[in-house]
Amino acid sequence: MRPDFLRSERLPNIWCPGCGNGIVLHALLEAIDQLQLDPDKVVLVSGIGCSSRAPAYTAFDNVHTLHGRAIPVATGIKLANPDLTVIVVTGDGDGSAIGGNHLIHAARRDVDITVVVFNNYNYGMTGGQASPLTPSTSITTTTPNGNLDRPFDLVKLAAGAGATYAARSGIYFTRHLIDHLKKAITHDGFSLVDAVAQCPTYFGRFNKKGSAGQMVTSQKDWMVLKSVAEKRTPEELVGKIIIGEFVNIERRTPASAGAPKEQA
Amino acid sequence: MPEKKTFKITHNRNWCKNCGICVAVCPKKVYEIDRNDRHAIINPQDCIGCQMCVEHCPDFALTVEEVKNE
Amino acid sequence: MSEMRVLMQGNEAVAEGAIAAGVRFYAGYPITPSSEIAEIMAKRMPQVGGTFMQMEDEIASIMAIVGASMAGKKVLTATSGPGFSLMQEGLGYACMVEAPIVILDSMRYGPSTGMATKVSQMDLMQTRWGTHGDHWVIVLSPASVEESYQLTMRAVNLAEKYRNPVIVLSDETISHLREPIDTSIPKAVVDRRLPTEKAGYLPYKTDETLVPTIANVGTGFRTSFTGLVHGESGFQTANGHVAEALVERLRDKLFNNLDDIIQFETDRVEDADILFMSFGITARGVSEAVESLRSHGRKAGSLRFVTLFPFDDDRVRKAAGNARTIVVPELNSGQLVLLVKRVFGDSRKVVPMNKINGDLISPQEILSFIREENL
Ligand SMILES: Cc1ncc(C[n+]2csc(CCOP(=O)(O)OP(=O)(O)O)c2C)c(N)n1
Ligand code: SF4
Ligand code: SF4
Ligand code: SF4
Ligand SMILES: [Mg+2]
Repeated sequence: MRPDFLRSERLPNIWCPGCGNGIVLHALLEAIDQLQLDPDKVVLVSGIGCSSRAPAYTAFDNVHTLHGRAIPVATGIKLANPDLTVIVVTGDGDGSAIGGNHLIHAARRDVDITVVVFNNYNYGMTGGQASPLTPSTSITTTTPNGNLDRPFDLVKLAAGAGATYAARSGIYFTRHLIDHLKKAITHDGFSLVDAVAQCPTYFGRFNKKGSAGQMVTSQKDWMVLKSVAEKRTPEELVGKIIIGEFVNIERRTPASAGAPKEQA
Repeated sequence: MPEKKTFKITHNRNWCKNCGICVAVCPKKVYEIDRNDRHAIINPQDCIGCQMCVEHCPDFALTVEEVKNE
Repeated sequence: MSEMRVLMQGNEAVAEGAIAAGVRFYAGYPITPSSEIAEIMAKRMPQVGGTFMQMEDEIASIMAIVGASMAGKKVLTATSGPGFSLMQEGLGYACMVEAPIVILDSMRYGPSTGMATKVSQMDLMQTRWGTHGDHWVIVLSPASVEESYQLTMRAVNLAEKYRNPVIVLSDETISHLREPIDTSIPKAVVDRRLPTEKAGYLPYKTDETLVPTIANVGTGFRTSFTGLVHGESGFQTANGHVAEALVERLRDKLFNNLDDIIQFETDRVEDADILFMSFGITARGVSEAVESLRSHGRKAGSLRFVTLFPFDDDRVRKAAGNARTIVVPELNSGQLVLLVKRVFGDSRKVVPMNKINGDLISPQEILSFIREENL
């Protein structure tokens, strides 16, 4: 990773010891570096949350918007200047709760932006409340007896809404994560990467997931590569999260989608 | 016999939060969190340069570079 | 230039005024009585090399124009009460990051869904106080189709000049009115100032104008934008002194330039003993009423707020002459009158005149009001 991609004068970052946000950010900067993108043409846009603070540590143009509203701002930037690589940094709450409507519509429109969801299964910034991605039965400050709701599968949600690229990865598998971030960024059309990270301070502590180090290495135990999962029985996959690429299809132009070509 | 590669570890004390992730991911037990709950480099000679610690440090506090002896 | 009179609808005049001022990005969500603006922009933007986006809601609409503005475009969105309510958080964000944006709010009857096709002036205070926190916006109020064209142009120019949201506060009647307008009027276009030096670039550092020279994203200046309190660098801080200086500057960059921003239209104020203060469509009824009163020997006058906000008490006091009675007709339960009372206290007789049934105030109604109230 190019050290000049970081605004070192702003470090150390505000995150708790062992927070996963820094690992996802590191992978994102590595992906941008490996793709040799012109740093003057990269814009990171975020919402509100611990994860949404990530862009301000980077040396790119960065826009910290409102809770849930990064995607429409990113859409405006991209359409105003299509030469830019526009990447949204969002949390699981930011992107799938308050910003969920924008997410599905950006996927439907297939706007050429990349959404990276820093998914720590809870609202870190406000003290560890449940998010739409919190697993059932998990303890959070707003589900003290265990989450009664079912979570979204964000990759499936994006795919259902029309995303032409959707992948999931985890912070233990940094090379896998970097790889899929690169594919998402270069993808022509809407792309989403669900990057599973840890919030040791809240989700980890409430659900007895151990130390930050254990939360990182345990991803080996509960994450399964898609290629491996395909050979497993449903029983073997209970409680496992599958990582890999779920959608990668060519951008659908209105013409290829069957719309009339000429609209006078 | 090929010479064993050596690596130089740099650790930024000002950025490190002593979270222990590098300890957990290093395959060669190069680091520990010491009795004062502080990050410490204890077996630098065993480093194989795999970059696991670098990529997993949430605070950008580590770099590992190969030392080239000419 | 020779006069070019064209028949236009109010909403069309807004769209064409915006285009004349250089607007090349429109994002919006349909709502009566503003929908025609979106429909016209959907057709016109591609013709002028611009972009039209129909968003999923008004929150997305305002955020998309903020994004496009940051990328250097002149931008517009149009809505009405319910949508304007949804835009409020984004409006505060645009104030804070100092993104030039223009919002057209065509007032319909509220609260809630109210009466979608009926006129009101019930959003006045929402333009000023709709979003949370201390903030300042410019609000312009057209009273005709031609003025819809002119003031939308002016709104775009003021937004660019002061890097601030500007609201054009229209209403259902003006939006749908058809009148001939002169489109040959001079089209002075103002562009935002941009930084030239990358070395030492601080996006929120200002000169005596107090207006920052923030680079457009993607031009190599690597700006940080945030709705958090920020210093000159654009980075977040929790320093109370920085916060205070920022909020004061957001006010002063407008209040130091009130001569440039504030416009009133006055009619025979000098010798008036009864003065009407109004804005927008209501001023048209006032205008006829003044004419009629004068023809009957009554010294009536009118002050119309072309600029509603910033609202400067001193300028209002000076422009109001010596009339002992001030009547404030408006299509709500009394919003403008609160400001007028603040200006004059007990020094004049300030009389509210309100109508809240979804119809306009006619000149005859004003005349009978004067008679019945013994004014
Ligand atoms: C409109 C609005 N509602 C609520 C909040 C409070 N809030 C700030 S961050 C946040 C949740 C963040 O969770 P997530 O997006 O998962 O990010 P994380 O902190 O976990 O990285 C909430 C509810 C807000 N800032 N704005
Ligand atoms: S609260 Fe959780 S998400 Fe937020 S910085 Fe701390 S560990 Fe990270
Ligand atoms: S992972 Fe980084 S921050 Fe954590 S202890 Fe190791 S060097 Fe320090
Ligand atoms: S590079 Fe690999 S072996 Fe060396 S210290 Fe880091 S994790 Fe351990
Ligand atoms: Mg979260």
